[in-house]
Amino acid sequence: MSFFLDRLTFFQRTRESFSDGHGVVTDEPRRWEDAYRSRWQHDKIVRSTHGVNCTGACSWKIYVKNGLVTWETQQTDYPRTRPDMPNHEPRGCARGASYSWYIYSANRLKHPMVRGHLLRLWREARQSHDDPVAAWASIVEDPAKAQQYKSRRGKGGMVRSTWDEVNELVASANAYTIKQYGPDRVIGFSPIPAMSMVSYAAGSRYMSLLGGVCMSFYDWYCDLPPSSPQTWGEQTDVPESADWYNSSFIMMWGSNVPQTRTPDAHFMTEVRYKGTEIVTVCPDYSEASKFADLWLNPKQGTDSALGMALGHVMLKEFHVDNPSDYFRDYARQYTDFPCLVRLDRTDKGYQAGRFLRASDFDKALNQKNNPDWKTVAWDEKNDRIVVPKGSIGFRWGEDGKWNLEEKDAGGKNTQLRLSHLDVRDDVAHVGFPYFGGREHDLGQFTTNPQEDVIYRKVPVRRIKLADGEEALVASVFDLITAHYGVDRGLDCPNTPTSYDDNMPYTPRWQEQITGVSPQKVIKVARRFAQNADKTRGRSMVILGAGLNHWYHMDMSYRTIINMLVFCGCIGQSGGGWAHYVGQEKLRPQTGWQPLAFALDWARPPRHMNSTSFFYAHTDQWRYEKLQVADMLSPLADKEQFQGSMIDFNVRSERMGWLPSAPQLAANPLQVAKDAAAAGKDPKDYVVEQLAGGSLAMACEDPDNPVNYPRNMFIWRSNLLGSSGKGHEYFLKHLLGTDHGVQGKDLGEEGAEKPQEIVWHEEAPRGKLDLLTTLDFRMSTTCLYSDVVLPTATWYEKNDLNTSDMHPFIHPLCEAVNPCWESRSDWDIYKGLAKKFSEVCRGHLGKETDIVTLPLLHDSPAELGQAFDVKEWKKGECDPVPGKTMPQLVAVERDYPNVYARFTALGPLMKSIGNGGKGIAWNTEHEVDFLGRLNGTHRDEGAANQGMPKIDTAIDAAEIILGLAPETNGEVAVKAWAALGKQTGREHTHLAVNKEEEKIRFRDLVAQPRKIISSPTWSGLESEHVSYNAGYTNVHELIPWRTLTGRQQLYQDHPWMRAFGEGFVAYKPPVNMRTTQTIQGVRGNGNEEIALNWITPHQKWGIHSTYSENLLMLTLSRGGPCVWISETDAQKVGIEDNDWIECFNSNGALVARAVVSQRVREGMVMMYHAQEKLVNTPGSEITGERGGIHNSVTRTVLKPTHMIGGYAQLSYGFNYYGTVGSNRDEFVVVRKMDQVDWLDGDDESIYEAEEQA
Amino acid sequence: MISTYLHDLAFAVFPYVAGTVFLVGSLIRFEKSQYTWKSNTTQLMSGGRRFRWGINLFHVGIIFLFFGHLLGLLTPHAVYHAVGLTAGAKQVVAIVTGGAFGLVTLVGVVILLHRRLTDPRVRKTSYPMDSFILFLLTAQLVTGLFTIPASMGHLDGSTMLQITAWAQGLVTFQTGAAATIYDIHWIYKLHMFLGMVMFLVFPFTRLVHIWSVPYSYIWRAYQVVRMRAV
Repeated sequence: MSFFLDRLTFFQRTRESFSDGHGVVTDEPRRWEDAYRSRWQHDKIVRSTHGVNCTGACSWKIYVKNGLVTWETQQTDYPRTRPDMPNHEPRGCARGASYSWYIYSANRLKHPMVRGHLLRLWREARQSHDDPVAAWASIVEDPAKAQQYKSRRGKGGMVRSTWDEVNELVASANAYTIKQYGPDRVIGFSPIPAMSMVSYAAGSRYMSLLGGVCMSFYDWYCDLPPSSPQTWGEQTDVPESADWYNSSFIMMWGSNVPQTRTPDAHFMTEVRYKGTEIVTVCPDYSEASKFADLWLNPKQGTDSALGMALGHVMLKEFHVDNPSDYFRDYARQYTDFPCLVRLDRTDKGYQAGRFLRASDFDKALNQKNNPDWKTVAWDEKNDRIVVPKGSIGFRWGEDGKWNLEEKDAGGKNTQLRLSHLDVRDDVAHVGFPYFGGREHDLGQFTTNPQEDVIYRKVPVRRIKLADGEEALVASVFDLITAHYGVDRGLDCPNTPTSYDDNMPYTPRWQEQITGVSPQKVIKVARRFAQNADKTRGRSMVILGAGLNHWYHMDMSYRTIINMLVFCGCIGQSGGGWAHYVGQEKLRPQTGWQPLAFALDWARPPRHMNSTSFFYAHTDQWRYEKLQVADMLSPLADKEQFQGSMIDFNVRSERMGWLPSAPQLAANPLQVAKDAAAAGKDPKDYVVEQLAGGSLAMACEDPDNPVNYPRNMFIWRSNLLGSSGKGHEYFLKHLLGTDHGVQGKDLGEEGAEKPQEIVWHEEAPRGKLDLLTTLDFRMSTTCLYSDVVLPTATWYEKNDLNTSDMHPFIHPLCEAVNPCWESRSDWDIYKGLAKKFSEVCRGHLGKETDIVTLPLLHDSPAELGQAFDVKEWKKGECDPVPGKTMPQLVAVERDYPNVYARFTALGPLMKSIGNGGKGIAWNTEHEVDFLGRLNGTHRDEGAANQGMPKIDTAIDAAEIILGLAPETNGEVAVKAWAALGKQTGREHTHLAVNKEEEKIRFRDLVAQPRKIISSPTWSGLESEHVSYNAGYTNVHELIPWRTLTGRQQLYQDHPWMRAFGEGFVAYKPPVNMRTTQTIQGVRGNGNEEIALNWITPHQKWGIHSTYSENLLMLTLSRGGPCVWISETDAQKVGIEDNDWIECFNSNGALVARAVVSQRVREGMVMMYHAQEKLVNTPGSEITGERGGIHNSVTRTVLKPTHMIGGYAQLSYGFNYYGTVGSNRDEFVVVRKMDQVDWLDGDDESIYEAEEQA
Repeated sequence: MISTYLHDLAFAVFPYVAGTVFLVGSLIRFEKSQYTWKSNTTQLMSGGRRFRWGINLFHVGIIFLFFGHLLGLLTPHAVYHAVGLTAGAKQVVAIVTGGAFGLVTLVGVVILLHRRLTDPRVRKTSYPMDSFILFLLTAQLVTGLFTIPASMGHLDGSTMLQITAWAQGLVTFQTGAAATIYDIHWIYKLHMFLGMVMFLVFPFTRLVHIWSVPYSYIWRAYQVVRMRAV
C-alpha cells in the first residue's frame, strides 16, 4: 500500500527463524521484484530477420512492448533435421542481437530529406513552373544551378521535406531524364535480393517498368567467383552448412568460419567430434586457424601456388602412379578429361588449342544440329571418335539428348578414353605458359623464376579432319597432367620426377612462393585424396572472399576446384566446393524474377554489370595503370591484344558479350521514332545505323554528356560507404564533389590513351543529376545523396529471406509500424510509380524503347561465335544481332500506366509463361490461383483490369511464392518435366511427392519452411541428403551448363588461352602502381612503409550491424581501425592505438592502429565497411574527413571476364562478367602527426541553410 | 523592526517550514519515486584514489559532525551537570572535536567538489542538484569553522547555551525560542540558517540516502529469506 508504512512493521517482520537463528524468514514486501519481472515482459513476439548479406538468414523473435521493439532473441523452431544430424538452431550472433538498437537510435532516418540547396532550387522552380517536369529541366539544364547542389554532396545540409514533395521531385527527374536522354539513363543499384526479395523487387520493378537499368552486385562486390561459371556454367551453387556435417575432411581456405559464418560454425565444430580433420589455410592467425588440426599459412595472394602443388600430388598419386578407380570413373563421366583438344602449331611450338568439335570431321559426325558446339572424345570400346551426349550443342535445337549418360549421340554405349599414353601416335612438346617468375614492382611476392614457356611431352593422336588437314590432338587429361608437371614416363626433361625438384608445380616449387613446407603440402594432398577415395568424395573445401578478392581469383579458385574434381568430390554429399561470400541464394528465384523485373509486362529487362559500369562512369579507366600486355601469355600473339582494359570492355560490349548501360549513344525512344519515320524495323534500323557509324554505342564515349547516367537510385545498399571500389573517384567524377584522388589521369601523365574510346581532355565532374537513396539510417551513401527516403527497418516490414547456408525460406515481418514517417521499400516505390504516372503525362505516353541485350547464358544466344573472335566494327564479320553483336529488342512502354502495371501481375505470364536457367513452363494455372488469392483489379477499362493485385508487400510475397517451383510443388513438377524434355530423362520423381504443397506467406510466419527441390538448382532438398551443389548433375545425369556439358577444367576460348588461363596456373598478384608516386613525397616526419591492403569481414559488424552500432563499437575499438603486424609497426614506430594514415594515389584514410601478432608481416587489414561516420578525423594527405576502406582502392578489370557468347562464358546477371577485385592493392602506412578533427566542418551546413 | 521581523522569520517560522518540507518531502519522494531513492554514486565512472580519499574523509567527518550537533544541541543541560561537565568544558570539547572533524570533512568535500567539476564523465552525468549540495556543504563547513574564533571569545559556553535553548525550544514547540538568540554573532546565525536550508533541500537531493542507512546489517541474521509472494 505504502512503501513507508510497509517499512514501519519493523517488529513483526521476522516470521520465523531457522538454523539456530542464523537465518530468518521475513515478510518484507516484494513489490520491487516486479520491476525486474516487467523488464522481461512484453506484449508480443513477432518473427522477423535481418535483411542483410551476412548469409546467416537467421530467424529471430522480435519482442514488442508498449508499441516499441525492445529486443530480439534467436528463434528455435526450425524444422528438424533427420536423425544423426544436428539441428540447425540456434542461429544468430551478437551482431544480429544488437540490431534493434538502430530502430530508435539517433541516426535513424525519420523523415524524407533533400539536400538544402536542391530543395531551395526546386521550390523556386515550382513557383515559376506549373509543370514539375519543366521545373526539373530548369534546374539541371542550368549548369550554375546544377553545380550549386552537386558540389555540396557529402557536406551536410540535408533538410526535411514531405513525401508529396520528394515523390514529385524524383518522379519529375525520372520523367525528364527518360524524355531527354532515354530510360537507360535511369539507374538502380540494389544488391542481394535474397536478403529481402520484395524490397529489392519494389525498386527493380519500378526501374524495369520505366526501362531503367538494374545493376548487378555480386560481381561488383567481387564475391562472384568467375571460376564457377567457367567450370560449371553455374554461379555459386554450394552446399548448405548442414552438409559440412557429412564431410570427413574439411579444408577452410580463406574463409573465417567462426567469425563470419557464426550461426553455421557449429556444424564444423560438431563434425570434428565424428573425427573429421580440419585443415585451415589462412595467412594470418585467424579465428578459423584455431580450429585447425593443421594450419597452412601461405603468403597472402599466393594460394594458387599452393593449390597447384596439392593438385600435383593428387594427380600423380591418385590418377597416374596408383589410379583410384573411383576418381577415374568420375573423371570419365563427369569431367572434360576425355574431351579432345587440338594442338596448335605456332612459331613458339605446339600449344593447346581449342576443343575439337563434331564439325571438324567429315559430315560433322552426322550431327546436323549445332555441330560447331559439340565436343568429341575417343571411345575405347569401339576405338573411334564419338560425340558424347551432353555438350551444349545438344541443349538447343533438339530434345532428349542433353544428358550425361555414357552414350554417344546415336545412343550407343561408350567408354571414353582418358589417356592416350598407351595408344599414342606420337609425343608432342607442348608449351605451357608460366607466370611464377614475374617480379612484383615492390618486391613483395617472392618469385620462382623458370622459363616463361615450359615445354612438356604430351602423348598425342593424329587425326584427319574434314578439310583434309591432319591434326595433332590430345585429351584434356593428358594435357592437364603434363601441365601440372606429372611424370608420365616420357623422359621429359622439363617434368619433375620428384616432389623435391624445384619445377612447376611440385610441393618444393611452391615453397619458395608460399613459404609452406613441402611435407605439409604432401600430407594434406594425400589425406584429402585418400579420404575422397574411401568415402566417394566426402572431402570439402570451404572458401570465401579471402581468396576471391584477388585480381587473379579465378586462378586460386580453379586450383581448388580442380582438386575437388580430381577427387570426385563435386556433387557428392559431404564433399565439394563450399564457397560462401554473400547471401546469393535467392531460392524462389524464378518466382521472383517476373515480379522484380516486370517480366509480366515487358521483356527483356535492362541489366548491367556494375563493375564495368562504375569503371567507365566514375572515370576510373582514366587512371588505369594495369597494362594488358603484362597480363598476356608469353604464347599469345600480342598484336591481336592491343589496347587498354577499357578497350577490351568496349569491344566486349560491341560484340554483345557484356551488357551496356547506357546502351546506345542516343535516346532509344528517339531512335525508335526515327526508325518508324524511316519506315524501318527498329532492329534493322539500329544495325544499319551502327554499321554505318551514324549511331554509336554509349560505351564508346562515356564522358559525353549524352551518355551520362543521370538518375540513380540506391536502396538496401551502402554503395558509397562500403562496396564502392575507387570511392574517391566516385566522389570526383560521378558526384562532382570534394574528393581525395591524389593521382593524375592518363592525359595529365601524357600516357597512352585508350583506342576504342573518345578521350575528353576535361574529365566530367558530377555526371549524376539526382542521387536518391533509401535507407533506415544516415549512412555514408545517404550523406552524399540528394534525396534520402526513410525506409522501414527489418522489424517494420513484410518480406522474404533465404540463404545459401540453410534450406529454409522465412519472413521479415512488421513487428511495429514503420516509425516516424518511414515507409517500406514496397510502399516507397509504389508511391513513386503513382506520382510518375501523373507527372509524365504530356511528356511521355506509349513509347517504343529499343533494348540491347547481350548474348545470354542459358539462352540459345550462348551459341555465339564458336571459334575465332571476330568484330563487326572492324569489318571482320557481319553485324548480326544476337550472334556477333547484342540482340536488339523493341519493347513497348506505357508510361502513364506505370502505376497500374506496378500493382498488377501483367499478361505476359499467361501468354509467354515462366522459367529460368534455360527451362520454360506454362504458368497460367498459377496466375489464376494468384488472382483468387490476392483478388483482381476491377476498374473498367483500366490497363490492369482482371489481373491479380499486387498492392501490398504481402501480395508481392504471394506472387513470388505462388510462381516459384521452390515454394509451389505443382510448379516444381512442371519444371522438372520441362527439364526432362531436354535431357530425355525422367526427373519429376524428385518433386512429385510435394506436388500439393503450396507455401504461403502466413505459413512462413508460423514457421520457416524447407523449400522444394527444383531444377533451377543443382542440389536436392530431401529427407535423405543435405543440399549439395552438383548433386543432380551427378545423380540425375543432368549436364553442367558448359560447352562440353561436363565440369570443364580446360577453357578453350581464344582469350582464355591468350591470357594463359586455358589451364589454371599460378599468377602472382598484379602491380597496381599506386604507392610509388606518393611514398616519401609528402612526408609528415614519420617513417612510411608500403603494405598490402587486405579488407576482410569483421567480428563487430557484418551487414546486420554497421560500423556505427553503439553496442558493437563498445565491444571493439570504437571507431575505424587497421590491423598491422608487430614487425611492420616497429619498423615505422607505430604503437597500438596510434592514429595512422593509409594512403596511395587513389586516396587516403585514417584509423587507429591495432598492432597484433595475428597479422603477417607485409600486410595490413582494415575490416570491411568501416564508414567515416564515427570517430574519424581528417586526413593529412587529402584534407578531407577520414576515408573508407575503399578510398585507397580502384576498380580493375580482367579481360577474361569480358568473354561472352561462348557457352558457359556468356553473360548472365550476377553470373559472369568483370569483377571488382581489390586485394592486390598496396598502401603507404605512417603514423599521423596532426590529428585534426575538422571541427569547423559544420559551419558550411549553417551557411548552406542560411542561403536556402 | 525589520531586522526583528526577519530574525523571527528565519529562526521561528523557517525552521518549521524547512522541517515540514524535510519530513513530508522525504515521505512523498519515498512513496512516489522509489527509483530515485539512492545515493546516485558515480564511483563506477571514476573511482580512483582521489575519489576514495574524498569520499572516506567526507563521510567519516560528516557522520561525527551530524551526531555531535544532534547530541550537543538537543541534550538537556541538566544531563551535563549530572555527569559533571560544565558548559565551558562542553564548549571546549565541541570546539576541539568539531574543529578537527570539520577540517576532515572540509578536505573531503573539497576533493569531491573538485572531482565533480573536473572529471568529464562525472561532470556530464551530474544533475545540477549534485553540485549544488556539495557547494552548500562546503559553505556550511566553512561557516561552521568560522564560528570557532567567535566562540574562542567567550569560553564560558553562554552562546552555546543560548543556541541549545533555541534548538530545544523549537523541537518542543515553545513560542519565543527565537528570542533567545537575538544577540548572538551573525556567523552563528548564518551557519544555523544554512543548516536549515540543508533540511529544506534535503528531499530534493541525493541526501535522501541518509534515511536508508543499512544499519540492520549490524545485527541481522546471516541469511534472510522472504516469504513466497502471494
